[in-house]
Amino acid sequence: MAYIAMATGFLLILIGFYGALTNRNLLRMIVAFTIADSGINIVIIAIGYMHGRTAPILDAVVPAAEALNRIIDPVPQALVLTAIVIGVGVTALMLAFAYKLYERKGTLDIAKFTELKW
Amino acid sequence: MIKRIIALALLIGVGLIFTTLMVTYEPDANLNLTARYYAEHTASDVGSANIVTAIVVTYRGLDTLGEVTVLFLASSIIGLVLSLGKKQNKTLRNLVPVGELLTTGNLYLAPIIMLLGVYVFVNGHLTPGGGFQGGAIIASSMLLLLLADPLKQFSHTLISLVESLSGFVYVALGVLGIVLAGSFLDNRILPLGHFGDLISAGAIPLIYSLIGLKVGAEFSSMLANLSEMEDL
Repeated sequence: MAYIAMATGFLLILIGFYGALTNRNLLRMIVAFTIADSGINIVIIAIGYMHGRTAPILDAVVPAAEALNRIIDPVPQALVLTAIVIGVGVTALMLAFAYKLYERKGTLDIAKFTELKW
Repeated sequence: MIKRIIALALLIGVGLIFTTLMVTYEPDANLNLTARYYAEHTASDVGSANIVTAIVVTYRGLDTLGEVTVLFLASSIIGLVLSLGKKQNKTLRNLVPVGELLTTGNLYLAPIIMLLGVYVFVNGHLTPGGGFQGGAIIASSMLLLLLADPLKQFSHTLISLVESLSGFVYVALGVLGIVLAGSFLDNRILPLGHFGDLISAGAIPLIYSLIGLKVGAEFSSMLANLSEMEDL
C-alpha cells in the first residue's frame, strides 16, 4: 500500500517535471509545478505510513496508553500540512507574476521573454 | 527536438534516482525517536487528541508562526504586484451571465461552507482538521461568492482588519505563554481540561481558530486581488 502511494507520488513528480520542462506556456508550467508539488506531498505522506496502524488521533478506539503501537508517524503529516499551505501561496504568486508578464508582453510563451538572454 | 531529448534524459536520470530510493526503502516497524516522544507525551503534556495539531500548534508553534508569516508575505506581494501599474479607469467587463443554478445554489451553500470551515478549525485538536484546512474552506466559500458574482468587491479593510487582528492576538498569546507557562506559544496558559472535550487542550482551540481566521483572510485577499484584475 505504501509502495503504491509512493510510486504514484514519484510518478506525479516526474510528470510535473516533464510538463515544466517541455511546455512553453507559463500557465501550463504552473500547473505542472502544482502536479509535482502534490507528488512530493504524497511521497512524504507515504514515508510516514506504517502497515496496520491508524491515524495519529487519540480517541476511544486508540487510547493514549496504546498510542505507541497503534499510530503512524505524525511528523511527516505535520510537515505536509505546512508544505500544502506554502504550495498554495507559491502557486498564487506564480499566477500573479504570469498575469503581470502577460500584461506587459501580451503573450504567455516563455520563449518570447528574452530580456535575460544573451 | 534536441531540448525535448535533453529533458527526457534528465527525467530518466531523476526517475532512476527515485527507483533506487524506492527499491531500497524499508518502512519502519516502530516509531522513530521523535514520533515516539510525540506519541507518549502529547496526551499528558498538551492534552490534544490530534497529535498532528499538537505538533503544529504547540511543539513546533514557532514554525507555524513563520509559516503564517510566509503566507502573509505571499498574499501582500500578490496585492503589490497586481496593483502596480493598474489602470484607474476600469472598463466594465462583458461577462457571460451567471447561471440560475449557481446564483441560487450560492445563496444556500456559501454560509454552510463558511460554517463548515469554522467547525473544522474549532475542532482542530480533536478531528483531522485545523486552522489551515478551515481557513482554506472559508476561502473556498469566498470563491463561490466570486463565481456567482464576478464583479463582487470584497471589503479589503475588513479582510486586513481580521488578518492583522488575529495575527496580533496569536503573537500576544505566544508572549503570554512565556509569562505564564514558561515558553513561547505554550498552550498551558489555559487549563488543559478533560481530554477529548471541545474546550480542552489549553490554548490550542483558541490559537488554531486565530490561525484559521488569518489563513482564511489571507486566501480571501489573494482571491479578491486576483479577481479584481482587468480582463485578460
